[in-house]
Amino acid sequence: MSHPVSQSADKVIDHMTLFRQPEYKELFERKKVEFEFGHSDEKVAEVSAWTKTKEYQEKNFAREAVTINPTKACQPIGAMFAAQGFEGTLPFVHGSQGCVAYYRTHLTRHFKEPNSAVSSSMTEDAAVFGGLNNMIDGLANAHSLYKPKMIAVFTTCMAEVIGDDLGGFIQNAKNKESVPQDFPVPHAHTPAFVGSHITGYDNMMKGILSYFWAKEEDFETPKTQSINIIPGFDGFAVGNNRELKRLFGLFGIDATILSDVSDNFDTPADGEYRMYDGGTTLEATKAAQHAKATISMQEYNTTQTLQFCKEKGQDVAKFNYPLGVAATDELLMKLSELTGKAIPAELRLERGRLVDAVADSHTHLHGKRFAVYGDPDFCLGMTRFLLEMGAEPVHILSTSGSKKWEKQVKKLLDGSPFGKNGAAYGGKDLWHMRSLMFTDPVDYLIGNSYGKYLERDTKTPLIRLTYPIFDRHHHHRYPTWGYQGALNVLVRILDRILEDADRQTDEVGKTDYSFDLIR
Amino acid sequence: MSLSVNQGVDLKGLVDSVLEAYPDKSRKRRAKHLNVLEAEAKDCGVKSNIKSIPGVMTIRGCAYAGSKGVVWGPIKDMIHISHGPVGCGYYSWSGRRNYYIGDTGVDSWGTMHFTSDFQEKDIVFGGDKKLHKVIEEINELFPLVKGISIQSECPIGLIGDDIEAVARAKATEIGKPVIPVRCEGFRGVSQSLGHHIANDTIRDWIFEKTEPVPGFESTPYDVTIIGDYNIGGDAWSSRILLEEIGLRVIAQWSGDGTLAELENTPKAKVNLIHCYRSMNYIARHMEEKFGIPWMEYNFFGPSQIAESLRKIAALFDDKIKENAEKVIAKYQPLVDAVIAKYKPRLEGKKVMIYVGGLRPRHVVDAYHDLAMEVVGTGYEFAHNDDYQRTPHYVKEGTLIYDDVTAFELEKFVEAIRPDLVASGIKEKYVFQKMGLPFRQMHSWDYSGPYHGYDGFAIFARDMDMAINNPVWGLTKAPF
Repeated sequence: MSHPVSQSADKVIDHMTLFRQPEYKELFERKKVEFEFGHSDEKVAEVSAWTKTKEYQEKNFAREAVTINPTKACQPIGAMFAAQGFEGTLPFVHGSQGCVAYYRTHLTRHFKEPNSAVSSSMTEDAAVFGGLNNMIDGLANAHSLYKPKMIAVFTTCMAEVIGDDLGGFIQNAKNKESVPQDFPVPHAHTPAFVGSHITGYDNMMKGILSYFWAKEEDFETPKTQSINIIPGFDGFAVGNNRELKRLFGLFGIDATILSDVSDNFDTPADGEYRMYDGGTTLEATKAAQHAKATISMQEYNTTQTLQFCKEKGQDVAKFNYPLGVAATDELLMKLSELTGKAIPAELRLERGRLVDAVADSHTHLHGKRFAVYGDPDFCLGMTRFLLEMGAEPVHILSTSGSKKWEKQVKKLLDGSPFGKNGAAYGGKDLWHMRSLMFTDPVDYLIGNSYGKYLERDTKTPLIRLTYPIFDRHHHHRYPTWGYQGALNVLVRILDRILEDADRQTDEVGKTDYSFDLIR
Repeated sequence: MSLSVNQGVDLKGLVDSVLEAYPDKSRKRRAKHLNVLEAEAKDCGVKSNIKSIPGVMTIRGCAYAGSKGVVWGPIKDMIHISHGPVGCGYYSWSGRRNYYIGDTGVDSWGTMHFTSDFQEKDIVFGGDKKLHKVIEEINELFPLVKGISIQSECPIGLIGDDIEAVARAKATEIGKPVIPVRCEGFRGVSQSLGHHIANDTIRDWIFEKTEPVPGFESTPYDVTIIGDYNIGGDAWSSRILLEEIGLRVIAQWSGDGTLAELENTPKAKVNLIHCYRSMNYIARHMEEKFGIPWMEYNFFGPSQIAESLRKIAALFDDKIKENAEKVIAKYQPLVDAVIAKYKPRLEGKKVMIYVGGLRPRHVVDAYHDLAMEVVGTGYEFAHNDDYQRTPHYVKEGTLIYDDVTAFELEKFVEAIRPDLVASGIKEKYVFQKMGLPFRQMHSWDYSGPYHGYDGFAIFARDMDMAINNPVWGLTKAPF
């Protein structure tokens, strides 16, 4: 079985090229034919064709038990994300240790940044006797080694199933001097079998605010003119939180972003590793209790938290991932209403520039059919922007989406002639989406990196606009919120559409006529 | 090259100063995992395979990661259910680049995520009923599936579900193997127990229970590749060499593997093991039960590849031995050219390694082939037998760290300032921020393969790319 050597030192070829060489193609064929005992090519083709049919879709949608390629993670990663937006905060995950390795990896792969969190490393004995000792030793170790200003404790499903009492354990650990009595250790129960990462975000946020806002003596203090903003779990948080801060600056609003990961998830390479960077200061978090209002940028990330803020006497307002012209208008008007400050002239100009850009490009968007998936708020924001541009959102899907969410999407769709072909799919997954895309095809798919398998199967170009994005770099550094953010999103969508147009017309002698220089 | 490393560096002092930061109890425990390799040592002088200390930021994973993520997940023509809440399967979805060829969603499922997505009611009332239904639905929607494995997440073992009973019932009903794997994340101290549990389930639920498809014909040259997960195509660039010396690779465990390959493995003349840590169990079992010998080999870097090819060939007849020499000679010009190109750029560069499995020792000679020096190494989830195998590769004075914490690794690297850190994704950006070249040595940093002669050229290119990129000269502003 001798063959020439394709590899060379001059031009080293890696997996992208190496395995397309004849010696490897032959190797694959030998392995398949002699050892894999797989189904015949005809059978595979037949089943493959069947999976694309309406009949298959019916079976697929009749599923009750198995979830395939969902658009949701579990609570603790959301809790971790929320905790990491506070100054000097070390997330401490009570339960099995493997979970923490997974959360850190997942966030790191998206942001291309270090991600620090510790585990209480519970094993079989802790499953039997409870994890109190793990909490006592763990807090002491974490505090000594990593010198945090706050440790935010939450749980894996293991600790939840055995019923560990976080509040009691933390007090016990403090009594044993693991950390000083007055050291902030807020906590949240974050069972993985309830809700998803956005629920975990909500629970941790409420846990942290409850810790700082619980003090009796603060209760009667009058409200300030300050506004709290809770961004929610957002893969574009680096760009978006900075954009929010720019807007507040233009307005001259005194605003506190509760959980601001923008610096922690975007540290410079200047020779120094910063385990913690930026974030909402603990002082500001405490003071936020007296803010006049709390605004959530993502309704479904903050159900409990907003209720809590309301109980503290604050005005509350919620948005659904403020993407596009009208959503940004509403956000700015709400800020203006709450603060009594006029919307700055500069933002009026920015709005005009965004509308100008949409007008310049609308011919490429009008009537284009889109599938959108992701978290409930993202789907709402994205759908709304597509409708604004005359594009048609057709399949809108979120595994975390509820009946209420479906109604919200429907209301958006009903509000526009471009929404007439659209439908919302709450609680469904990307294998459902695959069926939808085969039986009722769309022109483009908007989602995250996991969508690349749908792109490959259905040949529908994918535009990556939500977490996680593992296979493209740095987009999270650019905002998607506000007029500037909408402009970025517009450009990303347009680029994909126009690249696609070029690719479909690049056959010399066949489709020369549409391969236009000017589009 | 000298016979020792880190000469003139007070490593003992460094270790002591790093340990200073711990509370007493933890300091004593961690001290047992850190050492400086002595001359003529029989092992590395560290304790291993012990519970991680809470709160220290261990880099380890869990038993589920070892079973679903490593051993079972890559078997491409089976569906592996992440049984329990949604997260475990979500985070491990397509995370390891176990390359395979197949029609994903139709006859292969390697880059998909199947979960029973436990809700509160499943925890309260048990999940067995749901599991029945999950298996039925999978078999209906994916009729070409060859078998199903149930990868248990933490709650399964805590709520008293009987997944074995479900597996038995469903296997009979659908006429395909259904394998229950008790790899709950809280079992054991790391991924390692998950590997062991996964190995045992292949023994008990495949070898003991299933009949291979007829049609397999044995030859005297049948071998297997055990413990190669085909990351970036590693098993393929290994297989090609074994085939070239005249052997037949009848099974790959488990990268690009199939159920039929697992079933036919006991027909091998010898089992060849790359990742000893994760699959020695099944090899020992086959030796005991079927009398199949096994042999460890190392396909990282030309020195080890040639040595391994000769050792493997020595188990066969003269024709195979001659072929091995021919193959080594055939690739020698490539090896010479790679070394001529990259050695001048890499000679004397110091490397610190921290990964899992076999790599903390197996890759060392590949660096030596490029005249680089390994000054520190450690394992995430090794046992004593791994540390006994390590002095063969590394030199006196090498810093050894077992289950290193993020704190320790950062301090060690800061003090030693190697030219390259070779570790995982969680470590990558920490060291790049510090201005240090880094390569991920789990995923090959999305490159690969690194095994075999074809892989060595890529390995050399990638190390050069990391170390000699101009970006490291830009970290300090001139103002």
